[in-house]
Amino acid sequence: MTDRPGLSRRDFLRLGIVAPVSLAAACGWDGGPELEPRLRAISRLNDWVGEKIFFSPTRLAREYPVAQRTPVMQFPAYSIAHNLTGAFPALPADWGLEVGGLVRTPVRLTRAMLEAMPRVSYTVKHHCVEGWTAIATWTGVPVSAVTQMVQPRPEARYLRFDSFDHQYSNGWDLASAMHPQTILAYAWNDRPLTIEHGAPLRLYSPVKLGYKLTKYLTAMTFTRERPGGYWEDQGYPWLGGI
Amino acid sequence: MDAERPDVKRHHGLVRAAHWLNAVVLLGMIASGLQIYLAFAHFGPRGRPYYPNPLDGGPIPEWARLGGWLAGGLNWHFALAWPFVITGLVYLGFLAVTGEWRALLFRPRDLGPALQMQLYYLRLRKTHPPQGKHNALQKGAYTFIVVLGALSALTGFAIYKPVQLAWLTSLFGGYELARYWHFWAVWLFVGFTLVHVALVFLVDPASLRAMITGWYRGRFPSHD
Repeated sequence: MTDRPGLSRRDFLRLGIVAPVSLAAACGWDGGPELEPRLRAISRLNDWVGEKIFFSPTRLAREYPVAQRTPVMQFPAYSIAHNLTGAFPALPADWGLEVGGLVRTPVRLTRAMLEAMPRVSYTVKHHCVEGWTAIATWTGVPVSAVTQMVQPRPEARYLRFDSFDHQYSNGWDLASAMHPQTILAYAWNDRPLTIEHGAPLRLYSPVKLGYKLTKYLTAMTFTRERPGGYWEDQGYPWLGGI
Repeated sequence: MDAERPDVKRHHGLVRAAHWLNAVVLLGMIASGLQIYLAFAHFGPRGRPYYPNPLDGGPIPEWARLGGWLAGGLNWHFALAWPFVITGLVYLGFLAVTGEWRALLFRPRDLGPALQMQLYYLRLRKTHPPQGKHNALQKGAYTFIVVLGALSALTGFAIYKPVQLAWLTSLFGGYELARYWHFWAVWLFVGFTLVHVALVFLVDPASLRAMITGWYRGRFPSHD
């Protein structure tokens, strides 16, 4: 028998006590200033995988029969303004959607102009980052149609969507924005969009999580640099693709 | 104890590394998963009765959570998913290449010996059934845990990309059910771990050293 340094019974005991205690102390922990930025870096890697490997620009999200819609009152809705003050964001006088940035022909679209454009309507499942789902019908203009109208320059790589809800905004990759089911929605469940769900105009798409679907839109801007976003800047995954 | 028995090499370094890395990663996956779960502590679509769930509505104590808030939990969970999947694949690759899987995979012919082993544990049989590196019940457990790991990863992908991987999500009965199965996998992991650790100390304490150093001086064979 060879002599090998091993762990004694006491060592095992120590290991058994120290490991769970130090792990318990670590819990409720976002990683701290050392690890948290690294976790965000891995989240960027996951965004890359989501964008380049999982995402298909042509795969459509499943549509549901209208009978399967979630009852209107059961479909949660939130806004930053409502969370902070209890009141929904105030609609700016003379509202319009500014479409600009790295484009050849910037345009300002009124709701009447949008409603006159060819529309898309679908009944799909909404996935919230929290884990709940709900089904509703959304109607609006494909982002790709508005994009054709303004003719982005070749250097445009991202889209930023701004709102009148406490600077809530989202950055999007162009591929997801050009997906045929990504729309600027002005109606839901066959009625004009309500203030809870982002009236007069919101971004909608079944290929991303709810927090990427900017409500209370004011501007749609083509950019060269990757835009941040309200939750994304605080640590939520940037892509939010599902 | 058993000073006369020779030390035998029982576990390859790769298996030991995979075992302990997986133990830590899985703990982190569960804790960050509970943090994520707390954001909507129910199962089932909105507007319908929720699925049966002893932890419906929470609470999940802070010591059991990792991440601090939803975004932190998500970032931990999706970061740890990499080592979880990679470790699993490396482990399975090792078993396939070395043929070690033969000592671990539960096959139909193990049913009878598994019953005998259960009778022995229940004291309905006096002598310990003959065994190779692992007895039939162990084979069942070590096969089950690999299947459970695979199901956790697959249900995880099903709720991570329910549109891009719609075929996988519908395989589990849709997004809400896939999330439900993903959650139940946690409790099977916890249950497995409790029984696993208890049996290590009750039946074969020497196996703990073997899983740390690789060397074994216990009463069971180390090869089939």
